[in-house]
Amino acid sequence: MKFIKQLSVIILVCFAGEFIRYIVPLPVPGSIWGLVLMFILLVSGVIKLEKVETAADFLIDCMPIMFVPGGVGLMRSWATLKSMLPAAVCSVVLVTPFVMLVTGKVTQRIIEKGDE
Amino acid sequence: MKELFASASFAGAALTMVAFFFGSMIKDKFKSQFFNPILIAIVIIITFLFTTGIDYDTYNSGAKYISWFLTPATVSLAIPLYRQIEQLKNNVFAILTGIFSGVVASAVGILTLALIFGLSHPEYVTLLPKSVTSAIGMGVAEELGGVYAITVPVIIITGIFGNIIASSVLDFCKITNPVAKGLAIGTAAHGTGTTRAIELGEVEGAMSGLSIAVAGLMTVVVAQIFAMLH
Repeated sequence: MKFIKQLSVIILVCFAGEFIRYIVPLPVPGSIWGLVLMFILLVSGVIKLEKVETAADFLIDCMPIMFVPGGVGLMRSWATLKSMLPAAVCSVVLVTPFVMLVTGKVTQRIIEKGDE
Repeated sequence: MKELFASASFAGAALTMVAFFFGSMIKDKFKSQFFNPILIAIVIIITFLFTTGIDYDTYNSGAKYISWFLTPATVSLAIPLYRQIEQLKNNVFAILTGIFSGVVASAVGILTLALIFGLSHPEYVTLLPKSVTSAIGMGVAEELGGVYAITVPVIIITGIFGNIIASSVLDFCKITNPVAKGLAIGTAAHGTGTTRAIELGEVEGAMSGLSIAVAGLMTVVVAQIFAMLH
């Protein structure tokens, strides 16, 4: 019963997220509105951590497998990917370390400055 | 096999589960980030579908129930974020500025590549959210008119690649602060990178987990702006 209650809260927030997406004319997915809403509800104390964390941890634990069907969808869009393969490969090989470098350096600078 | 698959509503879901756990077994056996269960599962399923001649829609009629849980799982990411609220408050400026710089760096990088390779607008927005967690990246690509079926594998490969190169890049760039290390990994390589950050330490892991949600949310906004530039 505890698990069902927790899952119900999460599903309700998902629907609230979809509702926000329906009324707000921004290209933001309902899942993101739901994430923001859930965070606000936790910070404001409307939802207690214990009321959702078991189901939430379970869902996060299962999250990797949820990406599989979408990834299999690649077989349908292979023709599209082929035309942009060099750019896609470069985006992974070059942009990934670049983002790491920028994020790490900027954060480290600010923290070191604060410590001085 | 084709008829069985078309008539059985659990076939796609069952195939997904079996392929994923086979992928997990391989990962445990070799203890290497090169063997990512998500990637192995995708390869197994595509090979299986091609061999048997089953089309994607037939597979997905059962598998879509697994994808359905992505929204509640994404909403659940608010929970680890809330658990790190103290750490978030203490370093709020450094964290937000650091992640924001990374998100912008990613968008600038993709824009540069789009100009170099002469990508069309749909191709460009397909790659634009490639650094963030699949749930958000997929949604952003879809909303901007990209092909999310390409965004997802690119995101997954970004995660695996980031996971593999993380320690070398951080050492090479002399990034030693644990908070900075965690944010760098999470912002560049989302969840798959975070598993590596957790191995580096508690602070690194927590900060990397935090960046998944924060970088994802910032990307929702930054990608909208960058989508207008090309």
